[in-house]
Amino acid sequence: MTALTSRMRGTTADWLLRNHIWLFLALAVAVFSMASPYFLTVNNLGNVLTQAAFIGILAVGMTMVMINGEIDLSVGATLALASALAIGLQPAIGVWPAVFVGFLSGVALGALNGTLVALSGMHSFIVTLGGLIGIRGLVFVYTGEEALMVEDFAYTDIPEVYLGPLSLTAMIFLALAALFQWVLTSTRHGRETYAVGDNIAAAHDAGIRIKRHKIINFTICGALAAIAGILLSMRLGTAEPNAGRIWELWTIIAVVLGGTRLAGGYGSMWMTVGGILTLAVLRNGLRLLNTPNYVELMVMGSVLILALGLDRVLAARKGAA
Amino acid sequence: MTIDWQQALRRHGLIAAFGLFLAAVAVGAEGFLTLGNILDVLRQVSITGTIALGVTFVVVTGRLDLSVGSMLTLLTVIVVDQHNAVGPFGAIALTLLAGLGIGAVNGVLVGLFRLNALIVTLAMLSLLQGVTLWYSGGSNVNVAGAGETWFAVFGRGSLLGVPVPVLIFLGGAVVASFFLKRTTFGRAVHAVGGNETASRFSGIATARTVAAAYVVSGLATAIAAIIMGSRVMGAQNTIGQGYELTVLAGIILGGTSLMGGSGSIWRTVIGITMLGFIQNGLLLLGFEYYVQWLVSWVVIIAAVWLDLAAKRGRVLA
Repeated sequence: MTALTSRMRGTTADWLLRNHIWLFLALAVAVFSMASPYFLTVNNLGNVLTQAAFIGILAVGMTMVMINGEIDLSVGATLALASALAIGLQPAIGVWPAVFVGFLSGVALGALNGTLVALSGMHSFIVTLGGLIGIRGLVFVYTGEEALMVEDFAYTDIPEVYLGPLSLTAMIFLALAALFQWVLTSTRHGRETYAVGDNIAAAHDAGIRIKRHKIINFTICGALAAIAGILLSMRLGTAEPNAGRIWELWTIIAVVLGGTRLAGGYGSMWMTVGGILTLAVLRNGLRLLNTPNYVELMVMGSVLILALGLDRVLAARKGAA
Repeated sequence: MTIDWQQALRRHGLIAAFGLFLAAVAVGAEGFLTLGNILDVLRQVSITGTIALGVTFVVVTGRLDLSVGSMLTLLTVIVVDQHNAVGPFGAIALTLLAGLGIGAVNGVLVGLFRLNALIVTLAMLSLLQGVTLWYSGGSNVNVAGAGETWFAVFGRGSLLGVPVPVLIFLGGAVVASFFLKRTTFGRAVHAVGGNETASRFSGIATARTVAAAYVVSGLATAIAAIIMGSRVMGAQNTIGQGYELTVLAGIILGGTSLMGGSGSIWRTVIGITMLGFIQNGLLLLGFEYYVQWLVSWVVIIAAVWLDLAAKRGRVLA
């Protein structure tokens, strides 16, 4: 085992084999750079990062949950609720308290999902499918089906902070990815998250507190969904009750595209960032080339199936070697 | 003779809870338990129900099919558009063929290539949305001369007072139940879901069984699309959005395990119908339509948890 990891850690080639999504990303960037003069500009790449950041932040949380061997389908609805609370409560309690309550709603719903999964032994797919339906219901009950609009548009200036081409939103995404990569590799919680996802029975026998790690990871996932929702509400100045609908699917697609395994125990934030950027580059590049929307949807679907096939081939080769 | 309450709860707890719910709504809402209203509910669930019959085969093999919502959209667009081009017979034939074809693509990818079902069908969800927009050119399609065509019978007709979509749903349930319980194919579906390795070693063609389950799912979705096209007499490019989740929620509520190997058509029928009655009952009680989502949340968690608790004899995992 140690011999294997040290050998795999060895060369850049090995890193790229594990993170083959980055090769694909480089290829996509190269193709679009040649195809469109507007693609490889600092401004456009900054935009790509900002657009990617919202689903990217969801994906950081999803990666924690997935490495743990679980899944969270409720992130899109949680995002919508946090965004509605952050805007809707402003007249009553002020901007920052409203944002804080929005954040807390994500923490609470994530903790609820995690606790239900841990205590009941239900599959997280079922628990969070229920959550997806129910939390969307909460959003509709709270907003009364209306889009909420912010009263003071100073709110939309908050994320307008730039470091070169990097927006604050993009910086938060990258910072969160780096933070949780550190958590995964350098904290006990991170290492035990891998252990639980890899082999839950062995983890249990090794004395790892499985339930605690699951609850923590779902809470992280809910909290990050709320952060994405709050940033979205700042960017738009409104909170739509349908915001984030089917974003959970794009999030899962991005994470899996990156190479993190749905079965758990394997993956990293670098893979997820690669997956997110690949999806965003594909989308942005196709739009710059004026491709109709349907081509984009078809390309996304095909790429995903191809990536899955490629992953299967690579995994088989690794197993044979 | 003593009654084993745990056993009774385990086997019939869901039905008992459902009965309690019906009784409670009936007290509060007039006209809830009338034949007319019950048929109304069944008519409303006939489309999700018909899809769910097919998806049940997939779920019993231990897989998922999240592509059915997009598939429903595409097939409804096809049936409506082709109705104007080649007439109702041709349109129905083409739609059924397209459903079988899309199901076969899913089946080949998941069954033969052994790719992850969740991701493959998610990819198909996106891909089929694209195909729909390409096919329709982004605009809505409508049946020309909606008043004259006999095509209306599938969504709007009724026979002896029973709406035709209800007959299709329930008739389909009987046929599906026969196939899932009494045929070699149905037993293979159960075996693959229960223990794939063991079933392979006992000579079951697991890959083909899984692929066939997806074809059944595609066929059921095509039939649902015919009902949908006939009822609406048109199709928007988002008409089936989210159906995959309602279908899954109904199947789960019925008590079919997502792990595969156990489950039945009648459970699916009950689960889907329960969702329909929850929706209908809450509306009759005067709640907004989205309150049903909150109630569904609680009901799904409670039902599945109860089921698990009864099976392991303990509430907590």
